[in-house]
Amino acid sequence: MLRKIFALMKKEFRTILKNKKTRMVLIIPPIAQILVFGYSASFDLNKVPYAVYNEDSGLASRQLLANFQGAQAFHLVDTIDHDEGIAPLINEKKVMLVLHIGPDFTRNLSKGQPAKLQVILDGRNSNSAMISLNYVRTIVMGFNTHWTTVHGGGHHVPAQLVVSSWFNSSLDSHWFIIPGIVALLALVVTLEVTALSVAKEREAGTFDQLLVTPMTPLEILIGKSLPGFIIGFIEATFIIGMTILWFHVPFRGSFLVLYFGIFAFLLSAIGIGLMISSISVTQQQGLMGAFLFLVPAVILSGFATPIENMPQFVQYITYLNPMRYFLIIVRSTFLEGASFDLLWNLYWPMVLIGVATLTAAGMLFRNRMY
Amino acid sequence: MNFIRLRGLVRKESRQIIRDPSSIGIAFFLPVLLLLIFGYGVSLDARHVPLAIVVEKISPQAMALISGFNQSNYFLPVPMQSIQEAEQALMHRKVDGIIWLRHNFARQLLMGHTAPIGVIIDGVDSNKARLIEGYVTGVWFNWLERMTKVKGQNLKIPVMVEHRVWFNAEVSSRDYLVPGLIAIIMTLIGAMLTSMVVAREWERGTMEALMVTPVSMKEIMASKIIPYFILGMGGMLLSVLMAVFLFHVPLRGSMSALIFSSSLFMFTAINMGLLISVAAKSQFVAGQIAIVITFLPAFILSGFVFDIRTMPAAIQWLTHLVAARYFVDILQTLFLAGDIWPLFLINSAWLGLMALFFLIIIKKKSRKLLE
Repeated sequence: MLRKIFALMKKEFRTILKNKKTRMVLIIPPIAQILVFGYSASFDLNKVPYAVYNEDSGLASRQLLANFQGAQAFHLVDTIDHDEGIAPLINEKKVMLVLHIGPDFTRNLSKGQPAKLQVILDGRNSNSAMISLNYVRTIVMGFNTHWTTVHGGGHHVPAQLVVSSWFNSSLDSHWFIIPGIVALLALVVTLEVTALSVAKEREAGTFDQLLVTPMTPLEILIGKSLPGFIIGFIEATFIIGMTILWFHVPFRGSFLVLYFGIFAFLLSAIGIGLMISSISVTQQQGLMGAFLFLVPAVILSGFATPIENMPQFVQYITYLNPMRYFLIIVRSTFLEGASFDLLWNLYWPMVLIGVATLTAAGMLFRNRMY
Repeated sequence: MNFIRLRGLVRKESRQIIRDPSSIGIAFFLPVLLLLIFGYGVSLDARHVPLAIVVEKISPQAMALISGFNQSNYFLPVPMQSIQEAEQALMHRKVDGIIWLRHNFARQLLMGHTAPIGVIIDGVDSNKARLIEGYVTGVWFNWLERMTKVKGQNLKIPVMVEHRVWFNAEVSSRDYLVPGLIAIIMTLIGAMLTSMVVAREWERGTMEALMVTPVSMKEIMASKIIPYFILGMGGMLLSVLMAVFLFHVPLRGSMSALIFSSSLFMFTAINMGLLISVAAKSQFVAGQIAIVITFLPAFILSGFVFDIRTMPAAIQWLTHLVAARYFVDILQTLFLAGDIWPLFLINSAWLGLMALFFLIIIKKKSRKLLE
């Protein structure tokens, strides 16, 4: 039995690796993607382009604006002197926000009255708008504290928030996104390898031949799964290595906990891939099937948008998505240093999905003949 | 170009689409499914965030602050006995944050000191953490205002920030995600479906059969583009209708601009798929390339979720190679802001340029030649 499986596995590896283009497809894109996505996939803003519309001639407004000019997060693009100047700048995306200071800013401040800083934001990307508004608030808060200590002047804040964030104290969103890319790319690669493997043979007619060999469906199943497993493990390890060594995301947990998760995740991904493949008759169908799974799976995994925001029935659907569980495992082992007892209830759903889909795939091997 | 021959080829290609449920599936089922999921569920705004509340000593001031959290739509407060219990809950992901009022909170307030309000946030999802911080700040600020009003004073904070968000006053992330999503779905439909069509003919040997007929390569390519273009525009129409009528995303731009830009983008995406197909010659490779160079970049590098303006300069430059980025920009602007011609023309020009570039390479690569 082992010899038969080994022979099939060897043949599978050869079909994947014999062609120079297929080899390239497995090696280059993951490297390129982790590099490109690692740098680009971020919710943090830096050098937010902004413009200033200052009607005040006083010292205080200039001091406040100097704080913005000195900040890494902002980048001054333009200064304007009338209302009509605002619209073109924002409409054409030249700036993300305009800071407007009215004529009585300095006067109000020195009288101990609240002075207003008006912020006009481009809401087309509402998330960026809210984050840049938070940056503005942080700078203004710093200015306020400084102002009250220097000038006193009746300004006093009775209670102050003392905020600390656990696991990611600087709230660097790369630390959140890059471990997620491990899950994303591992899923894409294993689906790529498995989803077409049976469909390809069906289209070529060699699958019928495989079925009349002495191999049992179980053996075919194992032989078809193992290449996906091995390639998935190698790619995942490589990406994890890049995440730690290149992007310096802290790894606080144990590799055992993480690799146990990778094992369960790959099992479920391969099961789904093989199931899609054994339903499909042509490779185009196999690819479409992989896609129909992949796109919702990525979007409903919590990779970029939190699952808790989805309506209840969509949240129930996400329980069928293995990436959902694995994402939590990767992020927790990286950032929280989580141990088995915090994560055990995330392993078994993936194993369950894997076993169920693999069984279905094995059954479809025999029953779906054309 | 001979139109009778072309018509014959188009008819064959259309039948192949109609008889294969998977391509119809991806053109109509995928947009509906994705838009439903996104429109109803996926948003970056945080709502009903579970928040542990630890009040070590009950006082009127503390209760007033806590009631602010209870009334807020953003939070789901969970009272806890001690900070240790709350930290345990945070570790187990039962809550996303902790508000901690120490036993001397009220005393410090009354003595006129600045009393600290402890806020601990789970920073794993840093974007959500930032939002939560913003909401907590809002609740705290309202409480300050109420407190000072009760004392008959005005809150004396030197500079107050007032904000106005253009195009999206309720700051609903759905309004900006849905137009971007349409661009992604169109990329999938255009590039994915067509990425296999020429490779399939090579693999099945039917390309050789086509070569001995009088049809020219131009006609073969045109016959692949036309039916998929119609299929794609059908998907586009469906997506726009859903966005406007089901999710009430405002459509402030003109219809003609929308139709023009989506035709242009569809044409570009199909050319991209065709190029992959012509270059790969095997369905396996074509499929993999299509996933790698269409879906993932369209998802991450198009400005659909992650803002391009804040990426490192080298990556910003790279995003110019992603056709979806121009269409995301066009759609977000057309839907939320209206016809802003300078932006529209630049993006359309880039799309046209890309389509032309793909066409030239397709022409070079697709010769009636056997290897």
